Amino acid sequence: MTVSSILWPLAGGTLIGLSAGLLLLVTGKIAGISGILDGVVNLRAGHWSWRAAFLAGLLAGGALLWAVLPHALPTALERPLPTMIVAGLLVGAGSRLGSGCTSGHGVCGMGRLSARSMVSVAAFTLTAAVTVYFARHVFGGSF
Amino acid sequence: MGLIAVFLIGALFALGLGAGGMTLPGKILAFLDVAGAWDPSLVLVLGSAVVTYGIVYRLSLRRPRPLLAKSFVLPGQTGVDRRLVAGAVVFGIGWGLGGFCPGPAIVALVTAQPAVLAFVAAMAAGMLLHDRLAGMGRAPATRSGPVPASADG
Repeated sequence: MTVSSILWPLAGGTLIGLSAGLLLLVTGKIAGISGILDGVVNLRAGHWSWRAAFLAGLLAGGALLWAVLPHALPTALERPLPTMIVAGLLVGAGSRLGSGCTSGHGVCGMGRLSARSMVSVAAFTLTAAVTVYFARHVFGGSF
Repeated sequence: MGLIAVFLIGALFALGLGAGGMTLPGKILAFLDVAGAWDPSLVLVLGSAVVTYGIVYRLSLRRPRPLLAKSFVLPGQTGVDRRLVAGAVVFGIGWGLGGFCPGPAIVALVTAQPAVLAFVAAMAAGMLLHDRLAGMGRAPATRSGPVPASADG
């Protein structure tokens, strides 16, 4: 491990936590990206505009990254297109069924010391690790 | 004013994801690959995010209300149920297959790569599919104090 391999993750995590905290302080809302996206794609009245503004901010931040920290964005994905489509479907449906994702449960829920979120994070991290194990070490990265 | 603040907060969130390496699926998969060349750095990302959020959360809730809204909207559900665990398992399989979770995938849309666009479109479709199957508009419970949200995040 180098100094930068420790400092970048700490800086990134601190910014993520700060952003999610500011959203709570300013709007009283939880920064759960899956919930925010769900509200936008479902056109949920009364919640649409702030969620759309947050998503627009994510894209603007992405554009800024592209300009100042381009190696933070992927040049080519690890997995082929069909796998990414299946992955997207599972991430989308699973995040709604389980009421949250890496941000809502992982950052906000864990930060609130929510037992539900701790169970969720443990379950999805374990499942994801098992999935990677099978994909890479059993099936040899063939999908 | 409020929407501009939320926009800037969203941009800050994206910068944090990028700086922490969350926007690189290869890095996520390396973190999840405990039997391979394990990359533990995402533990630092999540740990510092959780601690920072926990501090701001506690300070924020000392206020009677948020700066620009009438009340705090916090998750109202307690207790672990089958839905929570089943959803996490489904989510985890998807996360392990692609190396993307929702926020980083949306940020990576700026690269305009077909696989990223396909992932985000499929993710939105998965949400709509779930909502159609589950039936929308579960009635929220009424109680005093912070307004409960129907989802955790």
